Amino acid sequence: MASVTIIEFGGTEHEVEIEAGKSLMQIAVDNSIPGIDADCGGACACGTCHVIVSSEWFAKTGSTSDEEDMMLGMTPERADTSRLACQIEASEALDGLVVQLPEFQM
Amino acid sequence: MSLKSTAMNITAPVIPAHWQIRAVHRFLKIKNTLFKGPYVPTFIESPLPEVDTLAIEDIDVSSPFLFRQKKWQSYFKRLRDECPVHYQKNSPFGPFWSITRYDDIVFVDKHHDLFSAEPIITLGRTPEGLEIETFIAMDPPKHDEQRKAVQNVVAPKNLKEMEGLIRQRTREVLDELPIGQPFDWVKTVSIELTARMLATLLDFPYELRHKLVYWSDVSTASPETTGGRVDSDEIFAAAADAGKHFVKLWHDKAAQKAAGQEAGFDLISLMQANEETKDMVKRPMEFMGNLTLLIVGGNDTTRNSMTGGVLALNQFPDEFTKLKENPALIPNMVSEIIRWQTPLAYMRRIAKQDVELNGQTIRKGDKVVMWYASGNRDERKIDNPDVFMIDRKGARNHLSFGFGVHRCMGNRLAELQLRILWEELLQRFDNIEVLNEPECVQSNFVRGYSKMMVKLTARKNDKPDKVSP
Repeated sequence: MASVTIIEFGGTEHEVEIEAGKSLMQIAVDNSIPGIDADCGGACACGTCHVIVSSEWFAKTGSTSDEEDMMLGMTPERADTSRLACQIEASEALDGLVVQLPEFQM
Repeated sequence: MSLKSTAMNITAPVIPAHWQIRAVHRFLKIKNTLFKGPYVPTFIESPLPEVDTLAIEDIDVSSPFLFRQKKWQSYFKRLRDECPVHYQKNSPFGPFWSITRYDDIVFVDKHHDLFSAEPIITLGRTPEGLEIETFIAMDPPKHDEQRKAVQNVVAPKNLKEMEGLIRQRTREVLDELPIGQPFDWVKTVSIELTARMLATLLDFPYELRHKLVYWSDVSTASPETTGGRVDSDEIFAAAADAGKHFVKLWHDKAAQKAAGQEAGFDLISLMQANEETKDMVKRPMEFMGNLTLLIVGGNDTTRNSMTGGVLALNQFPDEFTKLKENPALIPNMVSEIIRWQTPLAYMRRIAKQDVELNGQTIRKGDKVVMWYASGNRDERKIDNPDVFMIDRKGARNHLSFGFGVHRCMGNRLAELQLRILWEELLQRFDNIEVLNEPECVQSNFVRGYSKMMVKLTARKNDKPDKVSP
């Protein structure tokens, strides 16, 4: 089973199965991972599915669009490898991906 | 930046802001008696027609009585079903497009490249002479810089510091409430709690906190802006008084800082600590704009959600029972209250180029109004949208905070205040009975209540506490 690991701010780890074609946000929401709000439901319009990708995986999560960059720019917790989970498409190629959640979504 | 604004920036070091505002007011009064001033609509209330008696092009949702007369649901439903991108060419606020479906609203809100928030986000204009500069009505990149400079005051990290204080102040208000006697929930609870919160955020003199509420109420209530009832003399007087107090607060804070006192987490201290905003007091229209934005943003919205939640639970009493049986639903209910109430009906944009949307061509320069109040009741997106459901799935996906770069900066504070309020209410009361129809404010922008009489029933102390904050 291909899986990704989502680590809450407090350190709790969740290993969830990859469903190819879904976004990482959708997978997190489907698995009720706390700390992903996804207020806009995947429209890249709210910034509340912010994740920080481990640096070795960052390039494999795809490129950050201008619109995603702008939404990420609104959070003070932005890191170099920040992404919005709704903009990461899950695939078998992401088997083993590790992402951290920020302390807050805003 | 306008000529007047530039002139005010140059003279700011020598002429106090409130004198400048008064001078502008006097100048305009003289000018407008000599020459015809800009058109200011007047609104006299009469019953609005039923929407099915109107031709589609005659539907005008800019009426400040639509919410008060409970016609807004039928009007917007017809637009959503028959003409979701609707042009009204003859409103008292000039011609404008209404965007009424959820998905179209998200499209407009996201596309700041196609739709500008400048110069103002209300249907009508700001009163002549009071064109304040505020980042809610600026486009990137200037918007981004200004927002970043002040957003930490309501960022979750700051809120964590403030949660205990918010809870303490909520308890103080609730512990004073009469049991079994009618009282006005709006004045005693909703206004009082939001006034205390605003005074905390600004570190404003606590005993003067009701001034903040008044200034905020007045600033969105002129006829030419939202169809409200406050005339420009009163607005100018309020703006001058606000300017005087805010400038004093700024200088007091600066003096405390200079005397080596540790900087607080309040808005002014944060502005003074930021390179971009540390001299903002020298730019009066921008300074006033930012403060006005914060007090308006933190006033009507949360206040009317505090009242709206009580009203909703009275209209849907089974939900109140559900809530008492399961207080863990409070956070979800808070989102549902914010959707159900939608305390600000819309945000306005101006098309920067021709845009095709849902079969209509919006022309460059046209006014475009995103009706959040309608989108939040869009059957295409939300099941049984008129029903208040505290355990609604996807309750967070409402439009009330807007989407895109202008998304509400204080959303987490609003949610926190409402969550704490309901946690503390459930600890104390078994019922909050709404005694009469609430009185609604006259506005096409603020969906608010001016009075709502309620009666409380104390909670019987035979149940263990289910909420333990």
